[in-house]
Formats: sequence, structure tokens, C-alpha cells
Amino acid sequence: MNSSLSTSAVTAAELPPRDLKRSGASFLLWAFILAILALSWEGADMRPMALIENSGNMVDFADGFFPPDFLMWKTYVSEMWITIQIAIWGTALAIVCSIPFGILCSENIVPFWVYQPVRRLMDSFRAINEMVFAMLFVVAVGLGPFAGVLALWIHTTGVLAKLFSEAVEAIDPEPVEGIRATGANGLQEVIFGVIPQVLPLWISYSLYRFESNVRSATVLGIVGAGGIGMVLWEYIRAFYYAETAAVMIIIILSVSLLDVISQRLRKLVT
Amino acid sequence: MLVVDISGLNKSFSRDKRALNNVSLQVREGEMVALIGASGSGKSTLIRHIAGLLRGDRDGGKIEVFGEVIQQNGRIARGARKVRADIGVVFQQFNLVSRLTVLTNVLTGMLGRVPAWRGSLCLFTKAERMRAMTALKRVGIDSHATKKARNLSGGQQQRAAIARTITQGARLILADEPIASLDPASSRKVMNTLDRVNREDNVTVIVSLHQVDYARDYCARTIAMRDGAVVFDGPSTELTPEFLRELYGEYSSELFASAPDDVPAKSRVAEKDLAFVSS
Repeated sequence: MNSSLSTSAVTAAELPPRDLKRSGASFLLWAFILAILALSWEGADMRPMALIENSGNMVDFADGFFPPDFLMWKTYVSEMWITIQIAIWGTALAIVCSIPFGILCSENIVPFWVYQPVRRLMDSFRAINEMVFAMLFVVAVGLGPFAGVLALWIHTTGVLAKLFSEAVEAIDPEPVEGIRATGANGLQEVIFGVIPQVLPLWISYSLYRFESNVRSATVLGIVGAGGIGMVLWEYIRAFYYAETAAVMIIIILSVSLLDVISQRLRKLVT
Repeated sequence: MLVVDISGLNKSFSRDKRALNNVSLQVREGEMVALIGASGSGKSTLIRHIAGLLRGDRDGGKIEVFGEVIQQNGRIARGARKVRADIGVVFQQFNLVSRLTVLTNVLTGMLGRVPAWRGSLCLFTKAERMRAMTALKRVGIDSHATKKARNLSGGQQQRAAIARTITQGARLILADEPIASLDPASSRKVMNTLDRVNREDNVTVIVSLHQVDYARDYCARTIAMRDGAVVFDGPSTELTPEFLRELYGEYSSELFASAPDDVPAKSRVAEKDLAFVSS
């Protein structure tokens, strides 16, 4: 009885009719994507044949990298350590600044005449690449790691303030109301009601930015802002490919190591 | 002494529907008043206006608490923050900060009383900490003081919220559906705690409730609301089921969650007794 019932139910079922509107839309979307790729072909100077034609040269070139020359490894390691220290200070200063800026960017905490201008300021911090800031600061404070710290500080403040404010805008408003109802002032509402809620996310974002700042800091040296990038740039310009390979291996190892450590820490807090 | 004095309060969230409709009422010191009504009748809205968390319409409505204006004509008064320190609010969802410890949550009750810089840095004196612990002991959850608030049960969190108002030294407690998300046993404990604070400390309590049974058991006076207006204000003993049905019409079944309309009066009493035994 039961089984016959279920079979008849299955035979009665029908496939939904094809939705022409939807398939039309997806066709248009794909056509659009392909058109954009085709239009950009010329501008990007796409020459896939060059890869094949010059393959002989490239093999010679790649040959120069092997074996990597680790003769000066002590310098590489100490320069890498400087790079990490640049990232540490750049990130730390950015975190300190992003806390107030992040709160001043949040539309559930401050009125629009505060968050709009602060958001635009953060946009401009974020829009300019670290390398550009680094070049400017090299002129302002001279060659060396400090210029790199300042560059990372400004750019990362722009990024973290945005991420922090997104966390603040997603909070549960009820505990904040509970704090307000005790007669607390606005700052205390933030300290006791908002920050405990967003702290795990904030820590996670900060660690993530530290990871990417270590990566960014490895190239800051190219414009004279200190660290391993300076060494790398010198070797590439002088065609010392074996040494270049060694430096690149050091960078890969340290960046991967820091990524793993920071990922572990991020898992701990969230 | 008048604790709450509301006159001509209106509130419209949208143009055509009034959440509060010409509400005027007075509450005297030491009273424990129940605020009843169906969902959407304006109980929570009224409580949030008294606490100064919502602003009324700009048509002359006024709320005074302890003789101080908290809002008038749609504007929160300058001194509202000072008055708020005397008002403790207990919310349906407890509104504790779940990642802070119970003790810290209770200590935030002191924020309106200690210097701002000290409160902001969470620097509370030993005496203030003792005061918070004493409040926790009174509501019976002092053994959970160092736990994070989110690790407590709903009933315990609500009692922690009451401890916050005790620590605050509130002379008026506004409880917005404090037992709506609790089981019957926890509900009794929370209502008993409010009742004790009311009798022992002479704190005025206004509590909005979903179930009329609790209003009758704990509060001498009941204010009933419908569609944003006060439709009954008097002794809770006058709240007979027939009266309420007349008052609330089609919504009465919602008010009597424990007593459906079609059950004869006699068996309804028996059912209510059973409910007492089980809680």
C-alpha cells in the first residue's frame, strides 16, 4: 500500500520548466565576460607564442638560478629579520590608530557627518599602495627601514580601520543598550558594550594584516625603504641569479613560517 | 512621591500606525506595577521611552522620572544620563555582554556613579567589587561570578541583570518582558527576585509581562495596553478572565497561554493549579 503510494507520487513528479529568463541572463553574462577578456587582449600585450619562441633563452636564464648561492646567508637572514621587524612596527602602529578610526567609521556608533569624512580619509590611505608611500617617506625621512614602517603604518591603518568598522557594524546592539541603561557615557558604551564583542575578530584581522605586511615589506627595500628587498634588488640588477635564488628561498621560508604561526593564533582567538 | 509621571505621550514609527497613543500615567514610590498586553501593544516601547532609550513624537508628550524630565516633546533631556543612573533596566534578552565575566557585567552598573575615567579603565575599588558580589549573592548566583556571562543559563543571566540594577543602586527598575524567554521554574525565580528587591529595598518596579497569571501573583496594580493605548489601570484583582476577554477581544487567547478560550472556567482553575505544581 505504502510503496504503491510513493511510486505514483514519483511518476506524478515533473521537471520544472526551463526558465528562459534565467538561461538568457547567464548567456549574456558569459558573453560579457568573454567580450571584456577579448577587448583587454591588445592592451595587455598578450603574446603566448613568445613563451614558446623564447623557450631556449628562458631555459638558459633559469639555469643561472641553480644552484642557489647561500654563501652570504647570514646577511640574508639578518635582512629578513629587519623586514619582519618593519612589518611588526608598521602593523602595531596601524592597529593602535585603527581602533579609534574604525569606531569613527561605523555608522551604528557615530552620526554620518563623522563617519563619512573619516571613511573617505581611510579610503585615501588604502587607495595608495605601500610602495608609493614608501617612496614618499624615503624622501621625507631618508633611506632605511623607518620609511618602510611609516609606509606600512599609513596603508594598513586604511585597511584595518575598514575591517574593524565592519566588525563593529555587525555587533549585537542589545548589550550596548544594557550598558547605556546603567547611565554610562558614550565612550563607556564602546569600551564595555562594543569592544568585547568585536575583539576576537579584530585580533584575527590584525594577524592577517601582519602576514600580508611581511609580504609587502619584502619589496619595500626596492625603493630604498630597508630590509631584504634592498638586497634582492641589488642582486637582480647585477644579474647575480644564484644569489637571487637564495634570497628568494629565504623569503619563501620565512613568509610561509609566519603564515603558519599566525594562522594558528587566529584559530585560537575565533 | 511620584516616581514616573507620563503625560500625553505619543509615538509613531510610521505615518499611519501609532505605537503609543496618548499615554498618561503615574507610578508612586514602592509600587510594583505589571504592564500587560498582547505582542505589539506597546509595552516594550513604553518601557524604552521611560528609560530614555527611545524618543516620543514632537507633540508635547513628557516623561518625568523622580521629578526630573527625562524627555519632553521628542527630545531627550540634558540630564537624562544622570536620571538613567537611578533607573535599572532589565531586558527580555538580558542584554549582558556575553564575553565579559558575570562580575564585570554587574560592575558596569557602577558606570553611571564612578568618575568617567575610572569607569572607562575598569578600575573599580574593592568596596565597589564587594557591592557587586553582595548583589550577586542576593540573587543567588555569586558562585558564578568569574564565569563568562554566556556560559550561564537564561534564568541565571536574567538574575545577573537584576544584580546589575541592584549594584547600580537603581530606585526604579523597568523590566521589559524579563521572563518571556525563560522556563516556568526560572521565571518564578526571576519574579521572586524582583519581588524581594521591591519589598526589601523599596525599589519601584514596572514589569511588562506576557502572562496575566504572573501579573496577578506578583503585582498589586496592573496597567493593560492595547494598540499603544492604556485600556486598564487598576488593582490586579479586578483582572477576571471575562474582563480581559472583553478588554482584548480576539487577542485574549494570546494573553491566556495557559487557559484556552473554549475550556470551561472550572477546569481552567485545575489546569492552573497543575501549572503551579510543575513549576
